[in-house]
Amino acid sequence: MTPAATTFHVPHAVSRRTTGEPPVVRWLLISVALLFLSLFLFIPLVFVFTQAFAKGIGFYFETLRDPNTLSAVKLTLTAAIIAVPLNCIFGVAAAWAIAKFDFRGKNILLTLIDLPFSVSPVIAGLIYVLVFGAQGWLGHYRDAEHAWFPWLQSWINDHNIKIIFAVPGIVLATIFVTFPFVARELIPLMQAQGRSEEEAARVLGASGWQTFWRVTLPNIKWGLLYGVILCNARAMGEFGAVAVVSGRIRGQTNTIPLHIEALYDDYNFAGAFAVASLLAFLALVTLGIKTWVEHQHAKQNETEVIK
Amino acid sequence: MAIKRIRTKKIRVLPGFTLTLGFTLFYLGLIVLIPLAAVFWKTTELTWPEFWHTITMPTAMASYRLTFGASFCAALVNVFFGLIVAWVLVRYEFFGKKIVDALVDLPFALPTAVAGITLAALYSQNGWVGQLLAPLGIKVANTQLGIFVALTFIGLPFIVRTVQPIIEDLDPELEEAASSLGASRWQVFWRVILPVLTPALLTGFALAFARALGEYGSVIFIAGNIPMKTQITPVIIMGELDMFDYAKATAIAVVMLVVSFVLLLAINVLQWWTNRYNTHNLA
Repeated sequence: MTPAATTFHVPHAVSRRTTGEPPVVRWLLISVALLFLSLFLFIPLVFVFTQAFAKGIGFYFETLRDPNTLSAVKLTLTAAIIAVPLNCIFGVAAAWAIAKFDFRGKNILLTLIDLPFSVSPVIAGLIYVLVFGAQGWLGHYRDAEHAWFPWLQSWINDHNIKIIFAVPGIVLATIFVTFPFVARELIPLMQAQGRSEEEAARVLGASGWQTFWRVTLPNIKWGLLYGVILCNARAMGEFGAVAVVSGRIRGQTNTIPLHIEALYDDYNFAGAFAVASLLAFLALVTLGIKTWVEHQHAKQNETEVIK
Repeated sequence: MAIKRIRTKKIRVLPGFTLTLGFTLFYLGLIVLIPLAAVFWKTTELTWPEFWHTITMPTAMASYRLTFGASFCAALVNVFFGLIVAWVLVRYEFFGKKIVDALVDLPFALPTAVAGITLAALYSQNGWVGQLLAPLGIKVANTQLGIFVALTFIGLPFIVRTVQPIIEDLDPELEEAASSLGASRWQVFWRVILPVLTPALLTGFALAFARALGEYGSVIFIAGNIPMKTQITPVIIMGELDMFDYAKATAIAVVMLVVSFVLLLAINVLQWWTNRYNTHNLA
């Protein structure tokens, strides 16, 4: 090492020492942080899986193969398969309108999109009961003369469509609680990317769709994937909103979280934790994909900087 | 006049504005705004005294005190520990840091019902943590302390994730300058670092508080839902719904919604403040 390099390094080392904390403080802070996280995160996580297998692996798989469990899994998947793509389309459309154009009231629109996050899940369920419930705006018992949308009400009644205490209500409540996820990920991302790349593509003769598929989508794919997995995790795990609209009929309108509650209320703790372990595993997978996506995103940004 | 005309005649190069904005507004109205309006419409079925009587009934009043108190305490505790966790994750190196960092988001990803039964079983008298606390005379399950525990779990990532990026962006030169001028490490923290982090800490606090107010799934299992003692406001709404008393349920829901909207407004202002501070720093 040349003397010049050494002298360059010395002040740097000194400054590091004066701005860092003493080792005792470091050690203390790390311990406090890890202790707090253990109490609230790590121990509960380990607890779910140990309790799931408390009555043995046979009982675990017996619980999972139970018809009521299978029906809950099916219903949860159905709700997610409908809710996630719809909110995904909405998220992309909203982000395109908000990030690529200027218009009045943009901030109000942004706040309104975030609204479902600040509404209690119980109220999210309640609002659909008020619209579609028996006495609601479009309910069976609402007298036809004072109906709000007579044609819609009679159409629902004629076709004997049940919304509350049935699958459509569960799907609607799921859509509501997962409403902002994709939009929220995409809007800041697309705003940061600006519109020059798309404008260049248009000037060079690409159609609107070509611009979206070949220019915008490759740029936002990681953000989109991130939004979709968060949306999916919440869709499959939603409890309060779905509890209000489902009616909790076992084997029919119980989703996985509602089935967990039912088993827990029956004092079948091992069964409840066995089903809960499915959702805990989903949560871990979600966090895994999230970390991976963030890594990919950082890599993409790095290569762009180098370019 | 001429300037005005040029502005209004701006040509949009990109297509799809009408389509995407139209769909956004349609979907927003259908899923969120019209159903939310139903809450306010439903309360018009009650007269003003009836409405007032419902929202001030003793069980409801007790639930507001509990919900606000527990949410406030939980958010406050999270500000303290969340700051330490964020600091440790940004500034220090230790074994397993990446896994710890990823797991901080667990309360976001873990369904509330799973969190609820887990905390309830863990803190019950013969649970892993509950049996350690029982000899000390501390009961967590079926008490207000239990609600606080569940809300702390739920709020944890909000503080860490709002403060973490700000700590990452802290300019080390500021700290170096302060210490070279003779400030102790403690003084640097109080006078230089903490003021920069304050808007983010407040935003995180407000986000955690707002989330805790409406929380249902993770609380009901550990709370025991004893009237006047451990019933949070969403449980009161749920109870009225189970009795098909929609007007009463809706009246209490309106109180919660109004509080949520005020908080949402406060959070927006706070975030604007945080961002302004950041851009100011960059410039």
